Amino acid sequence: MKTRRIDNYGKINRDKILSFRWDKKNYKGFEGDTLASALLANNIGIVGRSFKYHRPRGIFSSGVEESGALVTIGSKDRRDPNVRATTQELYNGLEASGQNAFPNVNFDLAGINNYLGRFFAAGFYYKTFMGIPPLEWGKGTAIWMFFEKFIRKAAGMGSASGLPDPDTYEHAHDFCDLIVVGSGPAGVAAAVEAAEKKLDVILVEQDSLIGGNQLAENDFDNSQIKNQLENLGIKIMTRTTAFGLYDNCVVGLLERVTDHISAPNVNIPRQRFWTIRAKHIIVGAGAIERHIAFNNNDIPGVMTVNASKHYLNRYGVLTGKRIVIATNNDSVYETAHQLSEAGANVTVLDSRTNFEIETNKSFEIRKGYVPYNINGSKKIDSLDISKSETINKSETINCDQVLLSGGWSPAVHLLSHRGVKPKWDYNNACFLPSDTNENITMVGSSRGLWNKNDCIASGIAGTTDALNRLGISKTNYFFPKPGGWKNPIQPLYEVKYKKSRSKSFVDYQHDVTTDDVRLAHREGFISVEHLKRYTTLGMANDQGKMGNIIGLSLMAELLNKEIPEVGTTVFRPPYTPISIGALSGRNVGKHFRPLRVTPMHQWNIDHGAKMIEVGLYQRPWYYPKENETLSDSYIREASTVRKTVGICDVTSLGKIAIQGPDSTEFLNRIYSNGFSKLQVGKARYGIMLRDDGIVMDDGTSWRLAENEYFMTTSTGEAAKVMSWLEELLQTRWTDLNVNVTSVSEQWAGVSVAGPKSREVLNNCVDDSLVITNNNLPFMGVTSTFLKGNIPCRIARISFSGELAFEVYVKSDFANTMMDLLWANAKKYDGCLYGLEALGALRVEKGHVTAAELDGRVTIDDAGLTKMASTKKSYIGSAMRKRGVLKNNDREILVGFFPTNLKETFNAGTIVCEKNNIKGQGIGRITSVTYSPELGHWIGLGFVKGGLDKWKDTNLVGADPVRNKQMDLKVVSPHMIDPKGERMYA
Amino acid sequence: MIRINCPYCGERDHSEFSYGGDATINYPSLDASEKEWTEAIFFRKNIKGFQFETWHHSNGCRMWLVVERSTVTHEIKSVKPCHPDLQRVVENNK
Ligand SMILES: [Zn+2]
Repeated sequence: MKTRRIDNYGKINRDKILSFRWDKKNYKGFEGDTLASALLANNIGIVGRSFKYHRPRGIFSSGVEESGALVTIGSKDRRDPNVRATTQELYNGLEASGQNAFPNVNFDLAGINNYLGRFFAAGFYYKTFMGIPPLEWGKGTAIWMFFEKFIRKAAGMGSASGLPDPDTYEHAHDFCDLIVVGSGPAGVAAAVEAAEKKLDVILVEQDSLIGGNQLAENDFDNSQIKNQLENLGIKIMTRTTAFGLYDNCVVGLLERVTDHISAPNVNIPRQRFWTIRAKHIIVGAGAIERHIAFNNNDIPGVMTVNASKHYLNRYGVLTGKRIVIATNNDSVYETAHQLSEAGANVTVLDSRTNFEIETNKSFEIRKGYVPYNINGSKKIDSLDISKSETINKSETINCDQVLLSGGWSPAVHLLSHRGVKPKWDYNNACFLPSDTNENITMVGSSRGLWNKNDCIASGIAGTTDALNRLGISKTNYFFPKPGGWKNPIQPLYEVKYKKSRSKSFVDYQHDVTTDDVRLAHREGFISVEHLKRYTTLGMANDQGKMGNIIGLSLMAELLNKEIPEVGTTVFRPPYTPISIGALSGRNVGKHFRPLRVTPMHQWNIDHGAKMIEVGLYQRPWYYPKENETLSDSYIREASTVRKTVGICDVTSLGKIAIQGPDSTEFLNRIYSNGFSKLQVGKARYGIMLRDDGIVMDDGTSWRLAENEYFMTTSTGEAAKVMSWLEELLQTRWTDLNVNVTSVSEQWAGVSVAGPKSREVLNNCVDDSLVITNNNLPFMGVTSTFLKGNIPCRIARISFSGELAFEVYVKSDFANTMMDLLWANAKKYDGCLYGLEALGALRVEKGHVTAAELDGRVTIDDAGLTKMASTKKSYIGSAMRKRGVLKNNDREILVGFFPTNLKETFNAGTIVCEKNNIKGQGIGRITSVTYSPELGHWIGLGFVKGGLDKWKDTNLVGADPVRNKQMDLKVVSPHMIDPKGERMYA
Repeated sequence: MIRINCPYCGERDHSEFSYGGDATINYPSLDASEKEWTEAIFFRKNIKGFQFETWHHSNGCRMWLVVERSTVTHEIKSVKPCHPDLQRVVENNK
């Protein structure tokens, strides 16, 4: 093949020369080129190696349907594999290379696979490595796993960089009345008509230029159209692909913002992922030309006819010198004429015998002829042709290019995304879009219209349809009938030449041949969806845009059925591939999910806190003094709390204001324990169950006034509890007069814990009388003031088992409160403590948290039976007694000590009986800590039957993940101060 | 993407809402039997076509809504507040 740039053709800017690198060599192209057109202009015919057989592959098309020219763009962390060279715009300094070849596409060692073809037929891997005796299921799987990595390396596409993506991506949103997909004659007519009727219109075009397939015409100039669209106020989005249609007229767009620029501004995103909410969608996505299956139809130099027209008229590249066009329809003749005018020697093989076509006789037409074999390996040497009725060797034509047109397939993909099945049209040998009740209208050649005037008429009809459906007008309209060629198309999908074993390709990108389809049929994979999965036909990133229909027609022939009886596979988004970066947008790294900090976040850090993530929250983990490790630090902090006093930020707890005359009744229904007799000025620990009787969350509620409560929830369940309360009040108990408001952000909370906590607080409150043991007994609540006239709420609540208080102020006063408390705590050798010490203190005390209340645990399992009222009904009270929750062998909360007190263990350890270490054992350890008070490691967890059953038995902790095992003994979960004497002090 | 026309906020993406469940369940009283509760919690119809379901406008006005939606096409026929008093307010403001 000899491809070259020719003068006086194309719309490229020949004044602007661009340099680029292909497979480590320097080349030149022009502004307006794609990588494919620039490669062709430099006579580069082989651009890749095929997926399985490593056959040389060239450029088949000029657009998104490309199934051969998949290349890698960029290097290092900007390495982007499997980019279609046909849609990649050329820019100065572009670096590209071929894929799936070693050492390069021209000389590839794995090309040997081509000669081992029968080993790579459909289903080969499954049968060889997984299924057949002696490698039957089970045994074969291990062998497959051994060979898989070698096979995957040999059969593959480009490889990703493996490095973090340095580019940024954006998510954007827009609204409009009408979105038009495609800027061909139909789309433009629709957009203009709609804008003139005062609709707000967005016009989307995947190409860099508007015009659609008119860009392949030699006299086409889009500047007038562009002016008209802009003057009408239409928003034009080029380099933007409508990749998917979704419910309620939502359209997903991918805008390639900088993929065509050599050194993009770092402040703009590489791509934008748009979500457009429209009232109506018009799809004028065009049609895609098909190839024809015959022997060696993949040799570089094979291309669709329309692609060569694009290369000639848009890019000024003549794709061959001696060109043979093989077709079954009228669409090729204008191209044949233009190619011969441009200097090529052109022969048209038309499978049809009886038809009339006007030409200027500048090229030869062989009526009733088809190609059946290409000779050549890295380039086309000649083409064997035959009479179309019976395939027999009749003649060989010397040529360097074979252009194919097996008909056109309307791009019905977007409509297919909505579950609308296309219908087969015998007259035009293609699938046409079916009608839908949704506000989507197909126009132009995507509804099977082949000439421009029909396309324009359909665009106007499409907008009328939209206006009618939107209730703006009630105008009659009609769509032109599908078709538009003078002579009917003659179905031609495959030219079968039985005397040769050469490969005849259906799907170029996945190396699926006609033999693979026949094999699938022989082995019973006859449904379209099975055919697709068994042969991988249409499963490459082009989704079989060119080859699917050929595969269907072969199966139809084998089954002796018609194509519509065989069916069609469903197209799913995206229409063309989307980078993962665009899907994630800015939600990467630290922005992967929202970050929540407490109002004293900076104060904590300034005072030496190391932070840890809890849910979305950043919480102080521990406050190391110089050289202290995590474990040194938390052991010191926990000991200090037990000895004197410690201060801990507990702001992340959920906080809900509950107000209204029925508040008490409400709490009494949602908590398992009684709330009807809670006095004003008292708080109570409460447990909420789900409808099904399992524990949902625990927390406290403080009665601030007759009809006002302040509820705290666990950090992790705060949002869920809030939604749950709202659901109950709005859907089930609509007669209750209660209002719930989330006040989690409004209050900053701190726990002051330890024997000296009251003394610290005495120095911090305005009136120390309010917090005496008499005035603020255990579980007492008061609203008072911190020094400096700061309003606060104080409750005498303990999570650590020590004398302790929770103090809440409005978030704005958080730092002031911390300064005040810390200054006074220091006087008693107090400390700041974090989550790790908090955990140690609560495990010692046997308090449960989310680690224990994991959605499987009942109130009895958690050892909190006394929290379940027997005097009232409440949410979950009926269901918590159901059989399965009452079994004797349920796992009950216990404490664990290592038998050898010098040993340690981890959360996640499985508890087993001695000499019976297997499966899920008889229990599990959920939380562990070193206990400063007891001087050894302790754990909380569950064991079947609980403490009573295993009190004096030696059990084993199995931790296979960490390869650890230790002897355990079961103890009461209340490992220190079981009577709570310290809390009441 | 499903679009839900919240009576208070207007038409919004479903990503602003959280799915609740079957809106036609009459939850038994709290002192009802285990059997009644089992019926209410565990037995669900698997409707092909329009069904009434609850959605919470969790990233909006926090209203719980009854949405009549087709499980086949996602078409939504009606959206109403769950709470009868709020329903009345919406009706009166039409
Ligand atoms: Zn709302």
